[in-house]
Amino acid sequence: MRLPIRLTVLLAAIGLGLWLAPVKVVVLWTDALVFLLVAVLTAFVIYMRGKPHLRAPWGQVIRRPLAAASLVVLCAYVVVGLLDSVHFREQLSAQAGTENNEIHYSVEVLSLLDLLATPLRTRLEKSYSAPLAAQLYSKETVTLDDGSTARIYPRLDYGGAHLDDPASQRGADIAQRSLMALLFGLLAWAALVAAWVAWLARRHGHGFRDELQAILRGEADLPWRSIFATVGALILFIALALKLGIAYHLLGTDKVGNDVLYLSLKSIRTGLVIGTLTTLIMLPFAVLLGIMAGHFRGWVDDVIQYIYTTLSSIPGVLLIAAAILSVQVYIANNPELFETVVERADLRLLFLCMILGITSWTGLCRLLRGETLKLREMDYIQAAQAFGVGHFKIITRHILPNVMHIVLIAVVLDFSALVLAEAVLSYVGVGVDPSMISWGNMINSARLEMAREPVVWWSLIAAFCFMFLLVLAANLFSDAVRDAFDPRTGRG
Amino acid sequence: MLAYIVRRSLYAIPILIGVNLLTFWLFFVVNSPDDMARMQLGMKHVTPEAIERWKADQGYDKPLLYNAAAEGGDKFTHTIFFDKSVSLFVFDFGTADDGRDIGYDIRQRMWPSLMLAIPVFVIGLLVTITFALLMAFFRATYVDYAGVVLCVILMSISALFYIIGGQYLISKLMHLVPISGYDGGLSAFKFLILPVVIGIISGIGAGSRWYRTIFLEEVNKDYVRTARAKGLPERVVLFKHVLKNAMIPILTGVVVTIPMLFMGSLITESFFGIPGLGSYTIDAIRAQDFGIVRAMVFLGSVLYIIGLLLTDLSYTLVDPRVRLS
Repeated sequence: MRLPIRLTVLLAAIGLGLWLAPVKVVVLWTDALVFLLVAVLTAFVIYMRGKPHLRAPWGQVIRRPLAAASLVVLCAYVVVGLLDSVHFREQLSAQAGTENNEIHYSVEVLSLLDLLATPLRTRLEKSYSAPLAAQLYSKETVTLDDGSTARIYPRLDYGGAHLDDPASQRGADIAQRSLMALLFGLLAWAALVAAWVAWLARRHGHGFRDELQAILRGEADLPWRSIFATVGALILFIALALKLGIAYHLLGTDKVGNDVLYLSLKSIRTGLVIGTLTTLIMLPFAVLLGIMAGHFRGWVDDVIQYIYTTLSSIPGVLLIAAAILSVQVYIANNPELFETVVERADLRLLFLCMILGITSWTGLCRLLRGETLKLREMDYIQAAQAFGVGHFKIITRHILPNVMHIVLIAVVLDFSALVLAEAVLSYVGVGVDPSMISWGNMINSARLEMAREPVVWWSLIAAFCFMFLLVLAANLFSDAVRDAFDPRTGRG
Repeated sequence: MLAYIVRRSLYAIPILIGVNLLTFWLFFVVNSPDDMARMQLGMKHVTPEAIERWKADQGYDKPLLYNAAAEGGDKFTHTIFFDKSVSLFVFDFGTADDGRDIGYDIRQRMWPSLMLAIPVFVIGLLVTITFALLMAFFRATYVDYAGVVLCVILMSISALFYIIGGQYLISKLMHLVPISGYDGGLSAFKFLILPVVIGIISGIGAGSRWYRTIFLEEVNKDYVRTARAKGLPERVVLFKHVLKNAMIPILTGVVVTIPMLFMGSLITESFFGIPGLGSYTIDAIRAQDFGIVRAMVFLGSVLYIIGLLLTDLSYTLVDPRVRLS
């Protein structure tokens, strides 16, 4: 089947499943925009498939081993983020005392990711516990069976609950589970790679062994070695998380006993939404105003330059702070607008994206204005003008395609900066809602944990690793994109 | 030259008016002073009298733009807009919510901010340029490749982690310097050394990579080929010819940030408890003290515009081809 048909079928299946399930689908504002973005990207990809001159630089990007590996990592993050963007409210079982069979829905908004990670989400401990621990991290006074009290480390409710004597069994149990996870992971990986290579071999009309050897020697069409290695690392992590995360808390628990692995996974959506939606919101302004300023010049140019100089002269953090404080007052004064906490937090996230967009479009706008000023002196545009082609047509047909590489480079470069900005803004107190799970909020609370004695290090490290991996992958990928699309760096 | 400076300074006025209108709109029109009062006093159990008293204390009990009750010119001057926004133009910042004079606080807190920001800026610039030059010197070798990878790794780490990690490692585990705090005079050194080092390290990644591309662009130009052709060693080519010419694009990015050094670094100052303008701003944001935030927005815009002007002037110094007109 062709790609669009396959996608339609997939979407229809998901829609049907949600419609049939006893849930009330909640479409948050950011969800809607995320799916709009996915639709735009899909359309873009389908459009590009038929255009060799657009495909060539992308091919150059993907043939870089580091960029290909980064793309795999980014895809993994995107899958988690998309799963976390389908929200619904579960139907409550009919309670005694309620009349006329009215259907009630839980006030808790869940996502598909929550559903998949139910064991992580629901197994709450009392407080801090270290990664893979079977006991709480701090001593508590407990009444023993014989009536006396003692200061001991109490057992966890879920972590290592299957062990009789954690002190002696835990090490062996963890080792055994890790080995099993490694074994299963390797098997799954080998099976996947074998199937993939077989498919490649059939497509290229080679034998399986020839194809495998070509890949191992790095002579294949794409850097499959690094792709498979990255996929392998991901699969091993997933296997470990499944095998150990079921019986223990793989990354420990936080102050109120939430599983840190669950928190880290939930943070992915927040980071991705900020990194992508901000761009989606600011892009139309930046492109339109930048090109208009450069193309029309005169008073249009003056007005647009005035707008962006004014906006960029305000320090970004302060403008964001001012705007978020205003939104905060608005939300606090209109509590009746929001049915659930999640919807309230979501609106704030959307505002944050908008405000970040407002503060970050000026740079791109300036670049586009300069480039358009250069382009309009080119012969082909002068010729078009001499033939009496309208402004709209000149902009869309002649200027826009020739500045797209600037837009693309700016978009991918901005992404990682925005993900990092979220953490800083949440620390300042003008980031996402405190009830929303994000890396910024995790780091913010970890700051106090680092001052504890003994130190609670795992939520900080978890947030660090998840965030670092995403930003690193994004940076490596954007490097490749810039090299491929920027005419100044030369192709090759 | 002087005429140019005067004209550019006049250009700044409409921009500052725009900034002022924008902040006025954000702080007083989007949310009325009543909303703010309710927020400050706690959402529930607020009597109208309490709101009125709070507004009177803050000076928010006047009409926004036009005072119909007043006489003559007072119709425009006895308004919130005149009191709170127009007065910023003469750098009269008014008082904070706790009654302190904002202008006095800013003058006091400027110095610790500068004590931190200037070393970070100067040493940081030297370190990043040196690092970038080294990468350009060893271009297309494994040294260059490793350097670029290191830069990408360094810039993928959030600034928060540098600070938290540095404080934990140096202050808490090794007890080399105090975790946070500040002192006047020479004893400030032991409080400042760690934030300065962390500030420099966190800037190396992005800075060096950016300067490296500038150097590499410059290296491929004709005059460099000429310099090599006449037999100059690579060292001289790089440090005398390339470095000087690469200063033009570097200056564009750097000079504009110099006046902003006054504003201090938000997170570094607040983590290390340095009583500068950065931590002042953060405290104001957390306490929702709009007066201080407004003052800092205005100050920041003024400094940014000064930075733009300085950038233009610095061009004439490094590049004789540029004429100001």
